[in-house]
Amino acid sequence: MNPKYYGWGFPIDISKHGWQIDQLITILHVFMAVLFIGWFAFFIYTIIRFRQRPGHKAEFHIKHFKTPTYLEAGVALTEFVLLFAFSIPLWHFFRNEMPPKDKSLQVRVVAEQFAWNIHYPGKDGAFGKTDPKLISATNPLGLDPNDPEGKDDIITLNQLHIPVDMPVIVDLSSKDVIHSFTLPVMRVKQDAIPGQMIPVWFEAKSTGNFEIACAQLCGLGHYRMRGFFIVESKADFGKWLDGQAAEKVSQ
Amino acid sequence: MAGRTGRRKGFAVSDQHHSNELPFWRQYIFSQDHKVIGMQYAVTGLLFLLFGFCLMMLMRWQLAYPGKPLPFLGNFLAESPVMPGGIMLPEFYNQLGAMHGTIMVFMGVVPLAVGGFGNFVLPLQIGAPDMAFPKLNMMSYWFYFIGGVIMIASFFIPGGAAQSGWTSYPPLSNIAPLGQTFWLIGMAFLINSSLLGSINFIVTTVQLRAEGLSFFRLPFFVWSQFVTSFLLLLAFPPLMAAAVLQLMDRLAGSSFFMPSGLVVNGATTPWAGGGSPILWQHLFWFLAHPEVYVLILPAMGIVAEVMSCNTRKPLYGYKALVYSVIFLGFLSFIVWAHHMFLTSMGTQMNSFFQITTMIISIPSVVILTTLILSLWGGSIRFTVPMLFALAFLPMFGIGGLTGLPLGLAASDIHLHDTYYVIGHFHYVVAPGTIFALFAGVYHWFPKVTGRKMSDILGKIHFWFSFVFINGVFMPMFIMGLAGVSRRLYDPVQYAHAQSVQPLNVFISICAWCLGLAQIPFIINFFSSIFFGKKVDDNPWEATTLEWTVPSPPPHGNFAKPPVVYRGPYEYSVPGCAKDFLPQNLPAGQAGAAEVK
Repeated sequence: MNPKYYGWGFPIDISKHGWQIDQLITILHVFMAVLFIGWFAFFIYTIIRFRQRPGHKAEFHIKHFKTPTYLEAGVALTEFVLLFAFSIPLWHFFRNEMPPKDKSLQVRVVAEQFAWNIHYPGKDGAFGKTDPKLISATNPLGLDPNDPEGKDDIITLNQLHIPVDMPVIVDLSSKDVIHSFTLPVMRVKQDAIPGQMIPVWFEAKSTGNFEIACAQLCGLGHYRMRGFFIVESKADFGKWLDGQAAEKVSQ
Repeated sequence: MAGRTGRRKGFAVSDQHHSNELPFWRQYIFSQDHKVIGMQYAVTGLLFLLFGFCLMMLMRWQLAYPGKPLPFLGNFLAESPVMPGGIMLPEFYNQLGAMHGTIMVFMGVVPLAVGGFGNFVLPLQIGAPDMAFPKLNMMSYWFYFIGGVIMIASFFIPGGAAQSGWTSYPPLSNIAPLGQTFWLIGMAFLINSSLLGSINFIVTTVQLRAEGLSFFRLPFFVWSQFVTSFLLLLAFPPLMAAAVLQLMDRLAGSSFFMPSGLVVNGATTPWAGGGSPILWQHLFWFLAHPEVYVLILPAMGIVAEVMSCNTRKPLYGYKALVYSVIFLGFLSFIVWAHHMFLTSMGTQMNSFFQITTMIISIPSVVILTTLILSLWGGSIRFTVPMLFALAFLPMFGIGGLTGLPLGLAASDIHLHDTYYVIGHFHYVVAPGTIFALFAGVYHWFPKVTGRKMSDILGKIHFWFSFVFINGVFMPMFIMGLAGVSRRLYDPVQYAHAQSVQPLNVFISICAWCLGLAQIPFIINFFSSIFFGKKVDDNPWEATTLEWTVPSPPPHGNFAKPPVVYRGPYEYSVPGCAKDFLPQNLPAGQAGAAEVK
């Protein structure tokens, strides 16, 4: 992988909307730095000024300070601005405002120890039925062979290809334990929980080869549960999908 | 004994000569004396802290130099099944990680802070002859001891210790080897130990306070222990329930936490399904968030005591501190799901927990501000306990501030389950709480032993610990921002983690140096018991009741029931010759003897 994507800060951001998260984190850190530096300076000044030394006496009666009350109110106010103006709307945007299905690519991602199964609906745009009872070495998702909608479905292991400039909806689930589907370059992270199908969406703004990471401890191989996340032009993505379909027919 | 016949009757029946007749094992091992139990708790807790830290130092080798054999120590472990050829296996790494968390939280910090300091200091500070229920107190320690033995024993069973993280999320924990069963049974003992302790602290504080010691004359340390006990009492039972349910899932084939249709390793599982793995997370965090405050409140109590004594002035805003602590305790029960933002909770639930999380930051800010303002106008003695107490303030500040991006769900998307989280809570608990606990050890050591710990070794211990502990945890924020997941056995599998790998090396070196920095403390601790400078009963010239009794305090503590005439922090009262007025000094005497 290309090291220029990653450094000692945020990973490269290739998503259309991830900058909003980066922005919130940056604002928060500026806020934290201002608070900490101001407060630490006061702390250092105080312990130097009021150090024990000959002729210096502690005061029993200290007048009530008003400034800290205002500062505390200011801190609380800032927190609530960050909460209501940034965090809650952003969360709503990322989790509730799903892009229209007909204009986006739908993919299912099924996590297992220690890999990501990627399930594309194929040409008909519909996913075939799956049943955990049918899962076998050759049928990792338990796709029902009698379901016509499943005939053209494409299943890959650890290869998530998506087209650039098109919203992608990932329906996330897990076969065994809890995993966490992470695309660091997309600012996407969502737990994959067995028994649930959780939608998460994103949209890439540039192409490249990146990775899928697992963020939730899922067993011995948690550290190597690495998938490939490839953002391509629409044409390249179409070609890749056709190639996968052809490969499936030839089998 | 004390308390059974009602408030203040304890003195009438306590026969002080009695203790001398007890055989050794009743006096020092199965003791019912709160001071002996406190020491047992403190020493066991310190040993577990050291052990938990050693586990982490071992893990840090793998994180700094993945796949390389461990030098020297690795030769001893080379024959073991967990480190063949001195190279750590992933299952062993996961065991170390899970047990590090469990040991530090449940077997190290809480027993030391509550069982150790609470037991030893609280009855003395409120003028009681002992805890209200001495037998429950003894039982509490031995439950803790058994729980600890079970946890340690689990390293030596087939499959090793628990390896699903200290959070033990099912289904992973349900399909884990035998060690997880040991973990659950061990936790059941630790939980019951805390429950017995908490009931005892509550009753003792309410019933056995000395005459004149009203609630608003209580030292802040007693308040912090009092609120902590309510947290333990109310938060642990849900975890007990959860532990029993998980045990049923593992042993009796129930499916409380197992959803339908699980396929593990390509095979269906024996569980019928129909359960919810998220249920465990709710039950677990309903305990584990209040648990965070169980870790931090006693630390704040210790810091307040040490600071007031070493600034030679009263705390600023004592009542604000008390109300904040009560409010904090209450709120800590309604923020738990901020650990679960990414489990697909709806936006409304999500917003609720974000709002409560922001609200809980307010009393925390008030407490921190109040403690800092308490320095203003003081005459600050930089004694060793004071150094640790002072360092607590900025360290806890960093820990609190870095909670903000995690408490806001949108920024949590990027930072959840990364090293940022590890940095955040360790700043609260390690350079925060553990520094406060060190302050407490240095502060009350003269009361326990009659001797003082060495200042020089103490200062070496402080400065090296302070530098290296920041070296350990500060770089974790950078790694977290880079998106590196936590709990990775091999940190360089991911490309985005490779770029920050030099930080891992740096952290490991700092962690080992931090380990070396504890050697002066260990030497100081043991040598001072025998060779430390002998001091009188009140070497720090403090005001609270524990300093009015001999060091070490005799069985039954007070020769006659103390009477309290004043607030806890009457330092530098104008017009008095001495700069401190003990709580049991009658008003008239202070005037006649001391006003110039």
